[in-house]
Amino acid sequence: MTTTTHAPVPPAAVATPASRRSARSRLRRPYYWMVLPAVVLFALFHTLPVLVGVFFSFTDYAGYGAWDFVGVRNYVSLFGDDRVLGAYGFSFGFALVATVLTNVISLAIALALNSRIVARNTFRGIFFMPYVLAILIVGYVFQYLFSNSLPKLLPNVPVIGENILSNPDWAWVAIVVLAVWQASAFAIIIYLAGLQTIPPELYEAASLDGASPWRQFTRITFPLISAFFTINMVLSLKNFLQVFDHVVALTNGGPGTSTESITLLIYRGGFTGGEFAYQTANAVIFVIVITVVSLLQLRFLQRREADF
Amino acid sequence: MHTDTRRTNWWATAFVAVCALTVLVPIYLAVVVALKTPDQLAGSGFELPTQVRWENFAEAWERASFPRALTNTLLITVGALVLTLLTNSMVSWAIARNLHRRFFKGVYFYLLAALFVPFPIIMLPLVKETAILGLDNQVGLIVLYTVFGLSLNVFVYTAYIRSIPVELEEAARVDGASTWRVFWQVIFPLLAPMNATVGILTCVWAWNDFILPLVVLSDPAARTIPLAQYIFQGQFNTDYTVAFASYLMAMAPLLLVYVVAQRWVISGVVRGSVK
Repeated sequence: MTTTTHAPVPPAAVATPASRRSARSRLRRPYYWMVLPAVVLFALFHTLPVLVGVFFSFTDYAGYGAWDFVGVRNYVSLFGDDRVLGAYGFSFGFALVATVLTNVISLAIALALNSRIVARNTFRGIFFMPYVLAILIVGYVFQYLFSNSLPKLLPNVPVIGENILSNPDWAWVAIVVLAVWQASAFAIIIYLAGLQTIPPELYEAASLDGASPWRQFTRITFPLISAFFTINMVLSLKNFLQVFDHVVALTNGGPGTSTESITLLIYRGGFTGGEFAYQTANAVIFVIVITVVSLLQLRFLQRREADF
Repeated sequence: MHTDTRRTNWWATAFVAVCALTVLVPIYLAVVVALKTPDQLAGSGFELPTQVRWENFAEAWERASFPRALTNTLLITVGALVLTLLTNSMVSWAIARNLHRRFFKGVYFYLLAALFVPFPIIMLPLVKETAILGLDNQVGLIVLYTVFGLSLNVFVYTAYIRSIPVELEEAARVDGASTWRVFWQVIFPLLAPMNATVGILTCVWAWNDFILPLVVLSDPAARTIPLAQYIFQGQFNTDYTVAFASYLMAMAPLLLVYVVAQRWVISGVVRGSVK
């Protein structure tokens, strides 16, 4: 089906093939004009920076001044750089824990919201609220919570009692709390939308057959929302791996560099550390890592979906 | 609608209520701290203010150069919103109606593929580029939000446009309308639900975004609200009451919009993610 089948040629007129073709292309041409500027701008602001980045990753450009080609030296150095490895360690550990927690908590809340409860719409409204708030600003409130409120409220609890944010071993947990608090808003709504696609008759039939709630969940609910599970898992992991605002607001990468994420490292090294080329090489590796992780995750989860 | 015949589940209600409280804790904290005088901060911060100090807001308004930041953020958000709705919908329509042609299909996947490219890789070169082009300002950010939004928006719009019958457009064409007119007069009004979705996503993104203004903007006068909060964080130092007043003012506009149009916002976001 195309839009050109009804060219505005009066049926009575004798249209030659040539004139019909030009009428058609005249109708089609605007489509190209609608798309072309967008493609050019997208290439200019998105694709070109990617290519420039890849290009400079093979140089020793500091972000200013002269530069030379250095081959794959940046890439080789990356693998022996403790700060880079530390950033990967933090980002992956954080992203993994935050993804699992976000999805478990969100799914539990969505299930509860989907059962018959009082004031459901009010609760749904509250849960979605963090979605419209800036992470950086909420992060500053959380920072006060962790550094001032909790030590005063729970002075005898080991780590929390003495400002978790200044503890190099546990500060990452505070970042997870903020991330889960914020990301659950979106995940809950997606799970709820998924749960609402399940016909209630299925549950009626299952409870007539005497299936326990847990069995109903594993045999009916979860298989039927597995596509929503896949979306949420892939999106959360990808977003959490790039964590930035959370870290800036809570710890600014500290204490030391214990909570420095990859994005924060690229930002710092690239803009203020004179490591433009080196950090673009880091970013190239990061892109590859994220793409591979997302694709593997998608494949694995979709195969599981198909098993049901 | 299916009438719910189940009995009220009190366990689920209790669970949901406790979790909802957790969501509200930081917001409650932000409100009460912002209302206090500094000497009331000796405790955990959760205590209700014994005496309200409204001057916190006036002081934050001055010190965090709020009028300027608010104007910038408003300008950027509205600019990105209008430009995104007008252009991204049109691009999507042209793609959706020509997906059988190689060029348009290529463009579609080209834009979509960018969804998998994380921001850090374009960050450093992009900053050089915007500086060279003189786009290290509010206008540059409007352009960037509009262009970067294309990936997701084209995906969202295209799925919806394909559910609109082509016959509607053909009828307009028989009446002699040009392709441009068909879009603006027939299709664009029909896209209202998706315009709402894309509009909400764009607003939330442009209003709250931190990293793009942080790296792109060079002139302090161009600072957005989150960026201003970041810069003035050091200045507030231990002046928590004033700092919290400024956080509250930064969160208030979107929060108010959300409270008023809550259902509409939620359904809009769901429509965009679950196509």
